[in-house]
Amino acid sequence: MVGLARMRLGSEHREAMTLTVTYENLDAVVAASLAEIAQSPTVQALEETRVGLLGKKGSVTELLKSLGAMDPETRRVAGAKINQAKQTLMTALEERRAALEAEKLAAQLASDAVDVTLPGRGQAIGGLHPVTRVRRRIEQIFRNAGFTIADGPEIEDDWHNFGALNIPENHPARAMHDTFYFPDGRLLRTHTSPVQVRSMETQKPPIRVIAPGRVYRNDSDMTHTPMFHQVEGLVVDEGITFANMKAVLHNFMRELFEKDVKMRLRPSYFPFTEPSAEVDISCVSCGGSGCRVCKQTGWVEVSGCGVVHPNVLKAVNIDPERYTGYAFGMGIDRLTMLRYNVNDIRLYFENDLRFLKQFA
Amino acid sequence: MKISLNWLRDWVDTGDDVPALAHALTMAGLEIEGIAAAGPQLPGVVVGEVKSVTKHPDAEKLNVCVVSTGAEEFQIVCGAPNVRAGMKAPLATIGAKLPNGIEIKRAKLRGVESAGMLCSAKELGINEEASGLYDLPTELKVGQDLVSALTLDDTIFEVNLTPNRGDAMSVQGVAREVAAARGTPLHPPVVEPVAATITDTFPVRIETGQTPDAPVGCYKFVGRVIRGIRPNAASPFWMQERLRRAGLRPISAVVDITNYVMLELGAPMHAYDLGKLSGGISVRFAKAGEKLTLLDGREIVLTPDVLVIADEWSILGMAGVMGGEDSGINDGTVDVFFECAYFDPNDVAGRGRRYGLITDASQRFERGVDPELQERAIERATQLLLDSAGGKAGPAVVTRASRNYPVPTPIRLRHQRVEHVLGAKIDASTVQSLLERLGMIVRGSAGEWQVTPPTWRFDIRIEEDLIEEVARLHGFENIPEAAEIGAHVPSPWTETHIRNERTSDLLVDRGYQEAINYAFTDQAYQAALCPEPAVALSNAISAELAVMRVSLWPGLLQALGSNQRRQQPRVRLFEVGRRYAADRETEVIAGVATGSVLPEQWGAEPRKVDFFDVKSDVEALIALTGASEEFRFVAESHPALHPGQSARIYRGERPVGWLGAVHPEHSRRLDLTYPVFVFELETAAGLAAVVPEFEEISRYPAIRRDIAAIVDESLPVEAVRAVVQQSAGGLLKRLTVLSVYQGQQLQKGKKSIALGLHLQDTSRTLTDNEADALVAQVVEQLGRQLNATLRDQ
Repeated sequence: MVGLARMRLGSEHREAMTLTVTYENLDAVVAASLAEIAQSPTVQALEETRVGLLGKKGSVTELLKSLGAMDPETRRVAGAKINQAKQTLMTALEERRAALEAEKLAAQLASDAVDVTLPGRGQAIGGLHPVTRVRRRIEQIFRNAGFTIADGPEIEDDWHNFGALNIPENHPARAMHDTFYFPDGRLLRTHTSPVQVRSMETQKPPIRVIAPGRVYRNDSDMTHTPMFHQVEGLVVDEGITFANMKAVLHNFMRELFEKDVKMRLRPSYFPFTEPSAEVDISCVSCGGSGCRVCKQTGWVEVSGCGVVHPNVLKAVNIDPERYTGYAFGMGIDRLTMLRYNVNDIRLYFENDLRFLKQFA
Repeated sequence: MKISLNWLRDWVDTGDDVPALAHALTMAGLEIEGIAAAGPQLPGVVVGEVKSVTKHPDAEKLNVCVVSTGAEEFQIVCGAPNVRAGMKAPLATIGAKLPNGIEIKRAKLRGVESAGMLCSAKELGINEEASGLYDLPTELKVGQDLVSALTLDDTIFEVNLTPNRGDAMSVQGVAREVAAARGTPLHPPVVEPVAATITDTFPVRIETGQTPDAPVGCYKFVGRVIRGIRPNAASPFWMQERLRRAGLRPISAVVDITNYVMLELGAPMHAYDLGKLSGGISVRFAKAGEKLTLLDGREIVLTPDVLVIADEWSILGMAGVMGGEDSGINDGTVDVFFECAYFDPNDVAGRGRRYGLITDASQRFERGVDPELQERAIERATQLLLDSAGGKAGPAVVTRASRNYPVPTPIRLRHQRVEHVLGAKIDASTVQSLLERLGMIVRGSAGEWQVTPPTWRFDIRIEEDLIEEVARLHGFENIPEAAEIGAHVPSPWTETHIRNERTSDLLVDRGYQEAINYAFTDQAYQAALCPEPAVALSNAISAELAVMRVSLWPGLLQALGSNQRRQQPRVRLFEVGRRYAADRETEVIAGVATGSVLPEQWGAEPRKVDFFDVKSDVEALIALTGASEEFRFVAESHPALHPGQSARIYRGERPVGWLGAVHPEHSRRLDLTYPVFVFELETAAGLAAVVPEFEEISRYPAIRRDIAAIVDESLPVEAVRAVVQQSAGGLLKRLTVLSVYQGQQLQKGKKSIALGLHLQDTSRTLTDNEADALVAQVVEQLGRQLNATLRDQ
């Protein structure tokens, strides 16, 4: 309302000036106009003022047109003065316009301001299972070390799970496996080692694979779940040694835990490797000084490994005189426990969102 | 296996540093899992002899005793009912501190001075079950410190033996390892043969197998008759104590001695009551259906691959596993027949387990027993029995099978091969001496040896076995770490394979949480949702985990349900895993979603997730293939799904998955909040990608035309799209469904579908007239083929 009244006032004023502006009262008109410009409330009002003064029929324009009727001498003096007046007005108009636009922008910015502490809107991300997180790390580390990823069936035959791995029927090692069987004699693989055999059946050396996946044992208590995850590793080539295995495993452990962990191999027994070893690393929780995680020993057992047994190579028609290799297997769930300090393995398969969301 | 360090010290110098010894054994392959003290520290507790017992003048249940420690006599008030004059019992003298915290002080009990306390085994922390005074063996010396009298200052190692090391399942075996690991000599106790004083023997026959392929797996049977022992004699205290420390309960002299010899030498033995045997003993395979009543009273039915010991009337025992009840030793036995036989591991392995029997004997026989040990074991047992129960021994009789056990043969070992396999430099002389420490006979030059393992190392057969022995005694820690110098193995890196990482990440980014479920599930729960045949386990862990899953939905819905019950109204889970049919495993990616479409938040109206929200997630997965146009969603019914909100997903003609709302009946039955949406998609067939191929970008402007077609409400949008696409031809670059309307402005049974057509030519500018003509053509075809009208008209 206020703006509208002023506009009307402005146009009345302009009519008055159109009638009255002369060379003689030019200074007064310029002064009055500058005052009006300075107080012009909007860009629109300012534009009206400009038209009234400098438009095609504006008062100053009209005055300029009247110069033609003057004698040359007067015209020169008057022309200079009127042009200067015009210049003054134009500058004032431009400055005022810039000021008004700046005010307008400032007002708009002020009204556009948001509370930046309000949360963002939309979908929230979910997360990966902790075992998957560690599995990916494992795969990435070994890929970087030149391994490829192999896979095999989970419902296996006896030959691939046991026989080809130098574990004949009635072998005491079978008793440690608590195997799930099917009526047709097949079984749920008890380890990822059958993928070793399958890799050697389908590839010629050099072989450098890891095989992560689910494995099954008929065992369920505080520290065992009937399904868990292992990753198998197999390298077969000319000149592969126990010493190579030590290096690969130690580098892996350091990379996985992002710590300069110590590693030791303890002699052990697996029918499909010889020499065989259990792999201990210095406790990643206490650094080796002794804690609940390592049962005060300073060491945690993380893997089994060994030089591939010649019988295993022979079973897949690889000449053990020419080729040697090593294999290892580790529990991904166990490594995940160590990595994230999870203290109960059963949590992995309860799929409680309150657990899963901790690993997003 | 528990091993007493004191017992071990009879055989070998173990050194005084117990943790160092444990570490050395562990690093040589005999893992010491635990180290425990054999008994408590008991300062001030001595062997007391009760000289006299008189009733307490003022207390019914108390006695006043005079107890001697040899040098001194003390007056002790005692409340134990079994106190008697002449007995030896632990005396806690003034100042002694017991493990239960009691400190012994001079005291008056009902007015009578007591200068100490007579103790029970429980009070001393020796046996938690004991009650009454600890009635000590009379042979203990009065006044001796109790801990040394009972040899409680002993350490027990818990040894975790690997299955290949049957040779180490004895004090002798562990002692050999200690000697090898420490490089010190073994000094086994001398076992002198016991001369026969009677001539009695008992006939033994090892039968030949029914077929030459299945000979009887008993190569040697050493038997001995011992007559006239004191019935029910007990074994000496020191022997009982050693048995206890190995985890065995003392029973009687005869039984204890067979156990003791087994623990000491590693040769399982059996003792029969000679009076109960008839005819003679034969070692043979069982006949089908033959029965045996075991020592534990159970009757079992045998199969023909079970090796048995029988007399002329009945089966006496399962060879190498367990004896029978009928022929065993009892309190009245005076004549004993000892058996110490060698059974082939292959004929013992697994037999006991089949009947739920895992015995000390079967564990040793199935791992293998030294075939040269039996004579020595019989002599040792005979001497121990004569010492503790009297009697007269007949001669030890060795019966051999027609076929002998395999004699160790020399194995070739190449020094170069040792270093080649291990990747370490080990001197030839070191290799040789390490092997000799283990009792191997090493012949030949430094470059190549012929190595004969001792009879107890039947696990050593090939060169690698020897390399392993060298490595473990040399020390794995002394083998360096060496980087591999290997040939590059090319990776099968195909661009059409979408890695599980990508699909999982996509769902994670769209708000799903990854779950991992068991691959087996509940048969009934699954069958109601997915009735296709499921592969059942023979030995399931429980009914809830009995059959292999045929879909990931049962597991995901169970997880969804339990999360809902844990106050999580909004659940989105996915899993990548296999489903199992009898003949194949198929990897799928599956998801479930329920609750609000977005997490609870400001500025957005809460809305429950619906079919199209989840379809969009599935379409996003599909879009990863770069071949979305190959996929179709077809309304088909599925037992798990709402009949009106169920789509089968096809890629070309091949079904690759499902999408839908869980049937409300299932939701109700499974106690799930309705609605729940599920999807499952095969990864290999469904999500194989195409390698993109460049297509020319048009430099000419596109024209947009929108139309709204009114069709029967039952007509799928897909049908309308198909007609538009086919009638518009190649100029139609993109077709968008803008809206679907049903309501008052339309005739009942009709719906209006608004479509946006994006038209463009690659070689010239399309004119308005051409566009109008094309749209007219589309409208005409919609009318002709689908009886559609335009909404504007």
